Amino acid sequence: MSAVLNNDNTRVHEQDVDTQHRALRFLTAGSVDDGKSTLIGRLLYDSRAILADQLDTLEKRAAGAPIDLSLLTDGLEAEREQGITIDVAYRYFATKTRKFIIADAPGHEQYTRNMVTAAAGSDAAVVLVDITKLDLDAAEVPLLPQTRRHSLLAHLLRVPSIVFAINKIDALADPGAGFAKVSAALRAFAAQAGIAVTAIVPVSALRGDNVTQPLDAAWYDGPSLLQVLEGLPALQEKVEGQLLIPVQYVAREGEGTGHQPRTLWGRIAHGQVKAGDEVQILPSGQTAVVAEVRRAGETVAHSVAGESAGVVLDRQLDVSRGDWIVTPGSATPVQSFEATLAWLDTEPAKEGRKYWVRHGNRWVQARIAAIEHRLDIHTLAETEAQELAVNEIGHVRIEVQAALPVEPYAANRVGGALIVVDPTSNRTSGALLVR
Amino acid sequence: MNAPVNLEKLLPTVDHRHLDHLEEEAIFILREVAAAFERPGLLFSSGKDSCVVLRLAEKAFKTRDKSDPTGNTFKGKLPFPLVHVDTGHNFPEVIEFRDRRVAEMGERVIVAHMEESIKKGTVRLAHPLESRNGHQTVTLLEAIEDNRFDVLIGGARRDEEKARAKERIFSHRDSFGQWQPKEQRPELWNLFNTRIRPGEHFRAFPISNWTELDVWLYIARENIPLPSLYFAHQRQVVRKKGLLVPVTEVTPPEAGDVVETETVRFRTVGDMTCTCPVESPAVSAQDIVAETLTVTVSERGATRMDDRTSEASMERRKKEGYF
Repeated sequence: MSAVLNNDNTRVHEQDVDTQHRALRFLTAGSVDDGKSTLIGRLLYDSRAILADQLDTLEKRAAGAPIDLSLLTDGLEAEREQGITIDVAYRYFATKTRKFIIADAPGHEQYTRNMVTAAAGSDAAVVLVDITKLDLDAAEVPLLPQTRRHSLLAHLLRVPSIVFAINKIDALADPGAGFAKVSAALRAFAAQAGIAVTAIVPVSALRGDNVTQPLDAAWYDGPSLLQVLEGLPALQEKVEGQLLIPVQYVAREGEGTGHQPRTLWGRIAHGQVKAGDEVQILPSGQTAVVAEVRRAGETVAHSVAGESAGVVLDRQLDVSRGDWIVTPGSATPVQSFEATLAWLDTEPAKEGRKYWVRHGNRWVQARIAAIEHRLDIHTLAETEAQELAVNEIGHVRIEVQAALPVEPYAANRVGGALIVVDPTSNRTSGALLVR
Repeated sequence: MNAPVNLEKLLPTVDHRHLDHLEEEAIFILREVAAAFERPGLLFSSGKDSCVVLRLAEKAFKTRDKSDPTGNTFKGKLPFPLVHVDTGHNFPEVIEFRDRRVAEMGERVIVAHMEESIKKGTVRLAHPLESRNGHQTVTLLEAIEDNRFDVLIGGARRDEEKARAKERIFSHRDSFGQWQPKEQRPELWNLFNTRIRPGEHFRAFPISNWTELDVWLYIARENIPLPSLYFAHQRQVVRKKGLLVPVTEVTPPEAGDVVETETVRFRTVGDMTCTCPVESPAVSAQDIVAETLTVTVSERGATRMDDRTSEASMERRKKEGYF
């Protein structure tokens, strides 16, 4: 927990940057049949998030056999028919110390776009590794392509914590040796790909070993998966440094309260704001002084990154949705930038084609000026490409019709993320991560 | 009316600080609706979830009146009307609450009556006492067309039901008002794609990420007024298939039914024909928080007759345009 220092060194908003009290959002990745749904079912079941009537449905279906926990998660008819997960679903459970939101992303390669969707908002990724599918006799255990793909994708999307859960350890005669070998293979791969591994945990989702209850085995004295998850940080907003607020909604003079002056609402991307601060409006470049800061129906002393602030300026400027409130001189809008593009649409991304992009709250027209490489998502190797098909990822150069104050995605998600929308179909066709 | 509840004192074991973050997210979504759409409306059934959404909307767009110690008064007006689909089979306590709250807040409410749809012939009941819950979709879609709404805010939560767990925060509906689960737009970061063609609309769900417990914690913390149905009261009921079926003019006892008077409350407020209370002595929001912490049956499992027909009943209704 980091305290935030005000100019006069008084602590402000300590609670608001204390992200341990937020729900931890994590996605689960892994191949079909690696036991992803069973693991989620197990987490929900053991943490009592499954209630009697829901269990009743499963018991009826099991007709005397042990209940199939994986059935807890597939919510659509087509998923139950086909026995696969098509779309992201969100699940909720809580322990005594933490709340969790699981983004349950499909494992099939053709649904990579849904994994991208799940990863974009996640604090952590749990990559499931099915140990029974690996050749444990090999000198260096070869990992499955899905394990490599999912960890590389999570890494590319800058999911802050990456946890490997080695599943089905109950199926091995010597689980300790198997776990050691696969751990070594994962660490070697991660080191080579530049992925920081948060933890590697052995589990049996089917039996519930080391999921919520610690494993009783001589070969493992580490934490259970749930203990690891309970300790992970939620995304930390950058409260120190320059201010950046994408203006979301301009409440007209008198709107809402009948007496308030015009309020500029927006969620603070980074920095903090208080009355008396000098700010600049982009793209107009005009400056003003903050007269009042508001939050949720009240006037407040400060507002910090992650919160929606209402900013009242000391003078009437022309500001509208899509503009930016920044520390004067801190941001330089650009009309061209390099980015990683994750393509999500069945209609391929084409060099030269115009799309809509959304950056913060601004929509502008954009063109894919050049597709520089396609990335092999098994290795992240670069290959030449003129278009990107659905589920492909590449490096591109983007030109926008109006300059945007973009920042590298690695430095800040709000300043560095854009969505691409097809102007004909209105579909969300791609995700851009500024490089 | 009591002053706001101090949860630390009443429920020392419950950590409610995550509510600040949920509130922040919901307010952001509500402002997005107001900023990105021309003609929004807020679905207000008087149920606990819509009462929470209404309070969040007040916080997003109004100013708290500090002279009211209950914390229930906000100055100003919402930038959209409330919309209520009245099946004609609502509990009287719900209609009374709706009209009183709307008058107190000075908000505009548009009531879409299913009776009108029945008169027009767009809703055809198989028999007069048939559950009207499923038919709401017709009246709702008519209200959307008549008022040219391009977005409706709803209080749905993903923890309610498996099909709901799949739904996006901004859920696209085609020109027939239908939800197409396989065609959902990816939802990346907070960059919502709210672009639509004429005739299409969105449903926006600001409390998607809340659970039933979160809702009750928030109601207790914010002192949010609710219909009296939610708290323990005496009611005539008949026991059927593990449910307590309330005795009402549209659900009269059948031959052989044993009518009992029980102390009950409702966990959810819906159509009289399909909503059942549970046995409970809880008289306040904090009592209900305590009860929700130990409950063993899901909200829908305990209270809804219509969801029990098939595992996919909610999904099928939503595909047809149900809220």
